[in-house]
Amino acid sequence: MNSLDPTPTLAESSPDCRIHALTGAATGLSRELSAPLSAEISAALAASPGGEIAVRSVDVNIPLLEKNDILAERNRGYFLGRGLAALNLVSSPGAGKTTLLERTLDEFGRRTRCAVLVGDLETDNDGQRLSRPHAPVAQITTGTVCHLDAGMIARAAQSIDLDGVRVLFIENVGNLVCPASFDLGEQRRVVLLSTTEGEDKPLKYPPIFKSAHLVLLTKVDVADLLGFKRELAVENIRRVAPQAKIIQLSSRTGEGLPEWYAYLDALVARR
Amino acid sequence: MHEVGIMQSALDAIRQQAVKHGATRVSRIVLRIGTLAGVDLDALRFAYEALAPGGPADGAVLEIESVPARARCASCHAEFGAGRGFIFQCPHCGDYSGDIRAGRELGIARLEFP
Repeated sequence: MNSLDPTPTLAESSPDCRIHALTGAATGLSRELSAPLSAEISAALAASPGGEIAVRSVDVNIPLLEKNDILAERNRGYFLGRGLAALNLVSSPGAGKTTLLERTLDEFGRRTRCAVLVGDLETDNDGQRLSRPHAPVAQITTGTVCHLDAGMIARAAQSIDLDGVRVLFIENVGNLVCPASFDLGEQRRVVLLSTTEGEDKPLKYPPIFKSAHLVLLTKVDVADLLGFKRELAVENIRRVAPQAKIIQLSSRTGEGLPEWYAYLDALVARR
Repeated sequence: MHEVGIMQSALDAIRQQAVKHGATRVSRIVLRIGTLAGVDLDALRFAYEALAPGGPADGAVLEIESVPARARCASCHAEFGAGRGFIFQCPHCGDYSGDIRAGRELGIARLEFP
């Protein structure tokens, strides 16, 4: 119950004035109440014998989605409806996303139709590297934006021919931080960690690993040369992301790629 | 970084709720936000101060209920509080858990109309 003076001095909010709706405390310049608000309060006061106005409390329980989440859900439905599996590949710059996709398109992509949306701040270098007659590719240049968002994916997906495509790879902007917050409507989030990075990357950048369905430990062919401790990296991934499947691979030697292709096959089979 | 977008969604929903309940103003807004929701509360309050003026939530009290993270252990089935970090280790058997049961909440719990 909110007790109010029977003849209250009330003020309407204006750019210079703030009124605390519950306590009635006003700061800044004030002016007279607008007629509708004044009428509302007068009516409420008149209806209450003790000069008190009841506060109605309503449990609304409304989930909040920001615009990106709404667009992401739309993308997810669109991809599902077309029967294609969308994978969002995220990693630091240089972890080997493009190299992995090049080889994946050349091998897996020969028997299962794939498409790629690739994001970078500038240039279409990756789009050109991934360009194959049998796989449509769209380059997204984000300018200064450090991640892809669901709206960019919706627009880019409209720009390519998705007929017969079963797997859509989305190569995100190289960044281990911001892409974690932006759902693109993918079915699977794939995080790459390369042996040229530290084994403790998952501990230093936990949100992105926390959200991963699959973690690919890449460039394992040079692990020994670099003194990279694979077991320690796997243990760190397991601590942060016990839900994630882990595949160790090398896009150069082909080690681990059959397991990666089997993962993709299983996803396609579920569509 | 996306607190402004979230607050804009909240204020849109509050405007609809005010209409639905025949109110022109809202006096109290209670948000429920999990510690894993990825929302910075200071940034959210800042967004509220910037976006609320002129709408039905102008001048309302913004209350934020924080929901602590809880996870369930897949090995021993214990449910445990997960603290503030991102590593959920079961205090009973030491296994790591990715089964998050609470802490991702992000929504409007309650509204009060004068």
